[in-house]
Amino acid sequence: MTALSGKRSGRNVSLVPNYIILTALVLFSLLPLTLLISNSLKSDAEVGSNPLGLPKTGIHWQNYPEAWRDAKFSVTMRNSIILTSGTISGVLVIAGLAAYSLAKMNLPGADILTLYLVVGTSMPAQLFMVPLFFMWTKLGLTDSLFGVIIIFWATQSPFATFLLRSYMMAIPKDFEDAARVDGASELQVLRHVIAPITWPGFLTVGLVVGLGAWNEFLFAVTFLHREEVKPISTSLYAFMSRYGREWGKTSAAAAIMMLPVVILFLMLQRRFIEGLTQGGLRG
Amino acid sequence: MATQAGQVAPAVSTLRMRPSRSRAWRKTIMPWLFVAPLLFLNVVVILGPSIGSGFYAFTQWSGLGPAKWVGLANFDRMIHDRVFRMAFTNNVRWTLIFLTVPISMGLLGSALLAPVRRGAMFYRTAYFLPYVIASVVNVQIWRQILHPIMGIGPLLASKGLTFMNVAFLGNRHTVLYAIAFVDNWHWWGFLVVLYLAAMQAIDFELYEAARLEGANRWQEWRFVTLPGILPTLVFTILMTVIWSFLVFDYIYLLTQGGPAHASEVLATEVFNSAFFRFEVGYAAAIGLSMSFIAALVVTGFLMLRRRGWEV
Repeated sequence: MTALSGKRSGRNVSLVPNYIILTALVLFSLLPLTLLISNSLKSDAEVGSNPLGLPKTGIHWQNYPEAWRDAKFSVTMRNSIILTSGTISGVLVIAGLAAYSLAKMNLPGADILTLYLVVGTSMPAQLFMVPLFFMWTKLGLTDSLFGVIIIFWATQSPFATFLLRSYMMAIPKDFEDAARVDGASELQVLRHVIAPITWPGFLTVGLVVGLGAWNEFLFAVTFLHREEVKPISTSLYAFMSRYGREWGKTSAAAAIMMLPVVILFLMLQRRFIEGLTQGGLRG
Repeated sequence: MATQAGQVAPAVSTLRMRPSRSRAWRKTIMPWLFVAPLLFLNVVVILGPSIGSGFYAFTQWSGLGPAKWVGLANFDRMIHDRVFRMAFTNNVRWTLIFLTVPISMGLLGSALLAPVRRGAMFYRTAYFLPYVIASVVNVQIWRQILHPIMGIGPLLASKGLTFMNVAFLGNRHTVLYAIAFVDNWHWWGFLVVLYLAAMQAIDFELYEAARLEGANRWQEWRFVTLPGILPTLVFTILMTVIWSFLVFDYIYLLTQGGPAHASEVLATEVFNSAFFRFEVGYAAAIGLSMSFIAALVVTGFLMLRRRGWEV
């Protein structure tokens, strides 16, 4: 983009109109987020008199510990962390193996597998969710974090496989061949040669998959009903309904769910953007 | 790779097994073993239950006990059901909204941002940020902004814009558009970044040539940028159609399909049928219809690809 803008700047066309519209769009994107933070710092009385402005009668930090306690974050945060880390580690193994097979082992029938995965990932969850729910009930996998982790493994791995495959295909064959000549098995080549070189790919996939698991709502609300296993997303929804008007507290709870994502995104945004914009159907 | 490995493998394998078996092992079985976990999970979680839906769609089943075969009754009921029709119409409206509003905003944002150097990263980050935030959180924000008493409507009304005094999420004429507005708020910035990425791949010489021929900014965009990002644009159009028929989160979270089904869509109807009314067969029939639409779009996509489009 820099080269492009360099060429263009020779043109001497004023960029002022661009900046005006771009800034207006930034306000559209960010003002609602600022409102959430601002409301999370207001007392109930101030929310009533000043629902959309910045806090004027002082910063009300107490909303955060109160939200943490009343929304049972000690339980739901733990559940969300288990759900997210379980999903990430499983997907990295499953997709890492599959990507290696597609990129480095000349898998016979690779085209058919790719087609199957592309079609499979574009099918709606509503197609398989209902029978899956009753099957999971029989297997005792509903109301279990592991039950949902398995579902995330299945739904997220195809995308992760495609992304990792593209990283692995960029590695020259000499690397693996050298290891193979030394008598390394394929699994060893993957673990000790390919994975260490393609770690940025694994990181990108981990971030995208983790984000998906952290934010996910549909499967969580369908498969996890008991309070002890609810992740933040669904428990926050219930909390917001229960405490309806107490915007200070509900905003603080929402901010607690949002902040880790925002911080991680700002730190690693190139990887997030790369991973998220390559998702979808790209096989 | 094959030749070098082939030279080494027989020497090792004669110690343990016959070379011919080792070859099949190495060439076919090993690669499939590596994709086996992926495939196994996919069959258990997605393919198997999908086939299940294909069966249950023709039955009456509450989720417990045996399913009763009813032929096409579920589909017959679907076509004549008022709620299903409203839901389907809302999905069509949703598709039209998302094919126009966010895509235009994405094209506009990317076109304006591409020539900008100072602050480009900041703008990109700001536009993308709402996309990574959970639907539950975004909904909490917009529930406050659109609140009928404390929200922006009454505030604007008190400043003279009395027509804005609307309970956007409680009024059956505005509710779908209000939810679409919220969903679009978190979505359009993603498209800006996607289109910007596609623009980076365009050859600068094309821009130079256009400039030499005296093209203005609009012509430059129309004849260089747009053809350059066309595959990405087509991709986003196809994905928009698929996703618009699956939309669930924002609708369920903001209104659960209400008031009086005014914001009902197919996904919320499947959810309600299966898990609140226990009409599993009927829910499966709707789910199957939704997949049919997705399958049509995917087929179109694959055909474009076969014709050499880099979609």
